[in-house]
Amino acid sequence: MKPAAFDYFRPDSVDAAVTALAASGGEAKLLAGGQSLVPLLNFRMARPRLLIDINRLAALDFVAEDGAGGLRIGALTRHRTLETAEPVRRLFPVVAAAMRHVAHLAIRNRGTLGGSLAHADPAAELPLLAVLLDAELHSNRGRHAAAGFFLGPLTTALGDDELLTEIALPALPPHTGWGFEEFALRRGDFAFAAVAALLTVADGRIAAARLAAGGVGEVPQRLGEIEASLVGAGREALAAAARRAAALVEPASDLRASAEYRRHLVGVLAERALNAAWVRAQ
Amino acid sequence: MIRVRTTVNGVAYEREVEPRLLLSDFLRHTLGLTGTHVGCEHGVCGACTVLVDGRSARSCLMFAVQADGLAIDTVEGLGEVEALAPLQQAFRDHHALQCGFCTPGMLMTALDLLRHRPGAGDAEIRDLLSGNLCRCTGYQHIVAALRALRK
Repeated sequence: MKPAAFDYFRPDSVDAAVTALAASGGEAKLLAGGQSLVPLLNFRMARPRLLIDINRLAALDFVAEDGAGGLRIGALTRHRTLETAEPVRRLFPVVAAAMRHVAHLAIRNRGTLGGSLAHADPAAELPLLAVLLDAELHSNRGRHAAAGFFLGPLTTALGDDELLTEIALPALPPHTGWGFEEFALRRGDFAFAAVAALLTVADGRIAAARLAAGGVGEVPQRLGEIEASLVGAGREALAAAARRAAALVEPASDLRASAEYRRHLVGVLAERALNAAWVRAQ
Repeated sequence: MIRVRTTVNGVAYEREVEPRLLLSDFLRHTLGLTGTHVGCEHGVCGACTVLVDGRSARSCLMFAVQADGLAIDTVEGLGEVEALAPLQQAFRDHHALQCGFCTPGMLMTALDLLRHRPGAGDAEIRDLLSGNLCRCTGYQHIVAALRALRK
């Protein structure tokens, strides 16, 4: 339960971090909050030659309004900041609320936005939220749309010499309500299934809908077919949409939960999330 | 080896360490501060929780080199046997420990909770303590101790 030996470098700029990353030839890992990486090191499931500790890059730790109702959030922003920061709670309450499901207080004090996205656990909350919110992920090399960023479990479109710097969340339309529901066996565990919904409601009809599911596939996914079917509908359509969501996902079985059970959960959680979004949109 | 300068419970230390030395092992083995307990060494049990610059963190998920320039607080900084801190006294009064293995982590998590969420109700107390496992299952008494300190 002790890591294998590694070299340690603590850069004081993004440039220095990226230079070291590029020079390592793929044998370095970035150390941000470390709440997923250090367990992997302790188990020796990861044995990088070099750890590049980016915790002192204060320039990557910020929450800023973009002036148009959206947010720009530094990649080093901690989960606990996303849970408590006023602009996040006001503009993206779904993000603040979802953070309560992420592990535990001490983990949220250290874990980071960029770290969670780069780690890409299929059941993690932040990748699901990035996909739901059409986040734009900025790095030293350019930008990625959240939609194409997650390629598989623990696999992203990031290159070996790429470091996430900032996540942009574009503004949501007025009268948009949200819902976030997940089920885990114990508080703070990874979810068997998680569902997030956004509904924009005008004159008693749905003007726009977004529905995303996590923990039930290799990557978090948007259920575009259901989103399209909800436009123009009223609240009476939500229950049937949730049942279709359950039919659409293709979860796998593992030791903790069967595929059938996860599919059932998606239906229940989607109905709750959609109804919560409807109520909050009023 | 890398030189680390860190402050633990207000005392400045300077040591040479291997980069892979966990903060938990640095506290226990290098500094001899064995109040911080080590349970699972992968961030699940919460026994090794300390404060890093005033916020609770798993010391088994940090390296000692990362503490360079930071302030660490451990259970040794709370109080003495003959002069318990109010938090420790509340644990004693409410029988909030049996074997005591989880207690250092419980206390340091509780300290973060009381500093940053002093008005937390029972549900939030339980939520914020959920990352600390007590195998004696003494949770009711621990919640009672924190309830008594609620502002």
